[in-house]
Amino acid sequence: MLRIKRVPTVVSNYQKEETEEAAAAARRVSGCGRNCLNKCCIQGAKLPLYAFKRVNKFKTEMGVHGHEVREPEPPVAFLDSLVLGEWEDRVQRGLFRYDVTACETRVIPGQYGFIAQLNEGRHLKKRPTEFRVDKVLQPFDGNKFNFTKVGQEEVLFQFEASEDGEVQFHPSAPIDVENSPSVVAINVSPIEYGHVLLIPRVLECLPQRIDRDSFLLALYMAAEAGNPYFRLGYNSLGAFATINHLHFQAYYMALPFPIEKAPTKKIISTGSGVKISELLNYPVRGLVFEGGNSLEDLSNTVSDACICLQENNIPYNVLIADCGKRIFLLPQCYAEKQALGEVSSELLDTQVNPAVWEISGHMVLKRKKDYEEASEENAWRLLAEVSLSEERYQEVNALIFEAIARGDDANGGVAESVIGEADAKPKSGGEVDAINKNSCPAMVSGTPECLVLHGSRYCGLMIRYCFYKLASAMTY
Amino acid sequence: MDSQLGLIEQSFNNRYTLWVHEALDELPDSFTITDPSISGHPIVFASRGFLKMSGFSRAEIIGRNGRMFQGPRTNRRTIMEIREAIREERPIEVNLLNYKKDGTPFWMLFKMSLVFGKEDGRATHFVAVQVPIVSRKHMRNSGMSYSEDGGGSRLREIVFGSCRREVCSDSLLDLDRVLALDSDDTGLEIEDSCEASDLEKRKAATAIDNILSVLTHYSQLTGRLVCGKRCSLPGMGFISSSLYISLGRIKQSFVLIDPHLPDMPMVYASDAFLKLTGYDRNEVVGQNCRFLNGVDTDTTVLYQIKESIRTEQACTVRILNYRKDKSSFWNLLHISPIRNASGKIAYFAAVHTEEGCRNQDRHGLSLEMRQLSAIGAIKVAVRSLSMGAGPSKS
Repeated sequence: MLRIKRVPTVVSNYQKEETEEAAAAARRVSGCGRNCLNKCCIQGAKLPLYAFKRVNKFKTEMGVHGHEVREPEPPVAFLDSLVLGEWEDRVQRGLFRYDVTACETRVIPGQYGFIAQLNEGRHLKKRPTEFRVDKVLQPFDGNKFNFTKVGQEEVLFQFEASEDGEVQFHPSAPIDVENSPSVVAINVSPIEYGHVLLIPRVLECLPQRIDRDSFLLALYMAAEAGNPYFRLGYNSLGAFATINHLHFQAYYMALPFPIEKAPTKKIISTGSGVKISELLNYPVRGLVFEGGNSLEDLSNTVSDACICLQENNIPYNVLIADCGKRIFLLPQCYAEKQALGEVSSELLDTQVNPAVWEISGHMVLKRKKDYEEASEENAWRLLAEVSLSEERYQEVNALIFEAIARGDDANGGVAESVIGEADAKPKSGGEVDAINKNSCPAMVSGTPECLVLHGSRYCGLMIRYCFYKLASAMTY
Repeated sequence: MDSQLGLIEQSFNNRYTLWVHEALDELPDSFTITDPSISGHPIVFASRGFLKMSGFSRAEIIGRNGRMFQGPRTNRRTIMEIREAIREERPIEVNLLNYKKDGTPFWMLFKMSLVFGKEDGRATHFVAVQVPIVSRKHMRNSGMSYSEDGGGSRLREIVFGSCRREVCSDSLLDLDRVLALDSDDTGLEIEDSCEASDLEKRKAATAIDNILSVLTHYSQLTGRLVCGKRCSLPGMGFISSSLYISLGRIKQSFVLIDPHLPDMPMVYASDAFLKLTGYDRNEVVGQNCRFLNGVDTDTTVLYQIKESIRTEQACTVRILNYRKDKSSFWNLLHISPIRNASGKIAYFAAVHTEEGCRNQDRHGLSLEMRQLSAIGAIKVAVRSLSMGAGPSKS
């Protein structure tokens, strides 16, 4: 078992130290008197409710064929206003542990413009807690802190799909305990203005693991906010998630993140139109997902990749950027290295836990020395430790593409296409073998010239992936 | 809507006179001119060449933002580069995929440059030239990004060379089909990326020069001179254009006050504020807000405001204010300190709401919530836009 010690970030005013949480649970106090989201306080509770419009088809601004006359430029999108307004309200009510806008921040000069923040108030001078880092999937533990324990005043609004396909807003709606709502809550230790937590189906107490529905909810939030500077992020367990209760984070930063500026090289497009590229010239290796015939297609492709990583016990982070139109998937191994004692003390001393925001290029530093000496070189060096090695990254990618191809196939699946022999062996070898060995169940082998493949999307995608690998190998 | 179009025409003509339209129409190139000082950063002029190329009419374009020509295959990273160039007020040249009115995607060289006011050094307009890329470098959509020509066929050689059987030509075609499974909705095949030729780049550069020439010439007629390069640093009391663009997206009535300047003048006033009070922008920017007060304004409330500013606290007061036409209204005023990236207070934001007007907007956001959201948006803009050490290269 691999473990590291760190001081967990306090995201709620009701989050106690480990020992206190356990003691409270043991006492089984009912009616906690804290106005939380548990059975004790939730009856009759009301919160604003934002019901978003489910947009299933990506349309170009002017429609696929022909032209829809549209209204002139809409002002700030409604969800955007709601998040900002509610957040500012909590600022004025003193719910945050410190004023994040009073934290000095600067863009480090350099090619990428890493962003460094001096934030001494975020980290507590507390005893570090032990975190197990070698299991990405861990069962939910009600004794530990989770988001049913936050105070209702920390919850900004409920976030659900609208029934009738139009945006609806209810300033005060009862919480439907039967159909556990998804909520947006504040992070009381914000790293930027507007730092919130999106908690899908909060009362169901889902552990920190991605599933198709939750990821889609996160994408809808990004799309609905309509602000390219409002990004969502996800940390798996083992990739510096603090709380094992399913949640995404989001905040405003009206600047590009370094990771968004990194060049990319397209690998393939899936059958549902999702373009998958790899990051180039960036200290952390990762994949970029864009496009898709619909938001759902994009969401499912990324979810399938995440699920694959979870099931293979590979910690990872996800950044949802550009109003949900660009998604970065970054497998990482820093915690593992830390547990094995492979990280230099110099890096450990900065106490930077490289989660999604740090990997994206936003470094929150707790020591003035680190802030003043922050440089692109230092940032790069730290992030390089987070990245998987090239070799491991390629292995992981192969797993991901296989999972995506299977998922894609399940969606597409009409029999098509005639192709050469089953045992054709291009030089790269491995991946095509995978096709032959694995799942094309309808693949009929043995006929001399041609094979009819069902599940051609799967094969098409894997073949394109092979060609990509082959081509990359040949250019070196 | 009409008022916005009116605003657009007025602002453009004020700077360059009506005759500039004719002169610009004489240029054969495809280009658009946008105005960052108008909310939404709309297109204020589209050339004949642009209309012809895109298939849209002038009426469909003027007042809209350039993103209307983007579509599903437009490279998002390129869009980000353009957005950042606008934010940092610097020129940019990229290869971009846009969509015509009929939905056809096409590649073009997108070259954007700025026009600055000669006196105040502010970015007055962005000029964007679009040169369609006609050179054909067929890169198959197989996910390979070869730069050598014929790379694709070589790869096919390898694959089929290793097959033990002869592959008939039918199979070859079908393999192509499998490889090209990611064609877009319209069934058109479009390259994943494209490079403009030197010829096309020269065309773009010449076009920009011509346009700047015309604009400079006509600005001399109005005395409100422009030039292609920033001649002087923006004057004291002004805010950067990038902050201006960001603030322009906030639809509430508000002003920004600079407490570090003598007499604490207003350095920004939103369109909604001007509409509420009846003043023109140039009448109020640079002035202290006391012009809003009048005979019956309660001095204790004024004192309360002063105290809040002095103690750097947010406050909400109800104050009697006066419009330009001397009519009065009850103003639910919310004032908040706004810090920049250094962590220190850079401005105070004052958000105004006329009492008695519709208490909720059509979605149901309360008056109070709307005021707070304006404060939030201002805080994000001021903080983020002051983080830069200077423009970062990407």
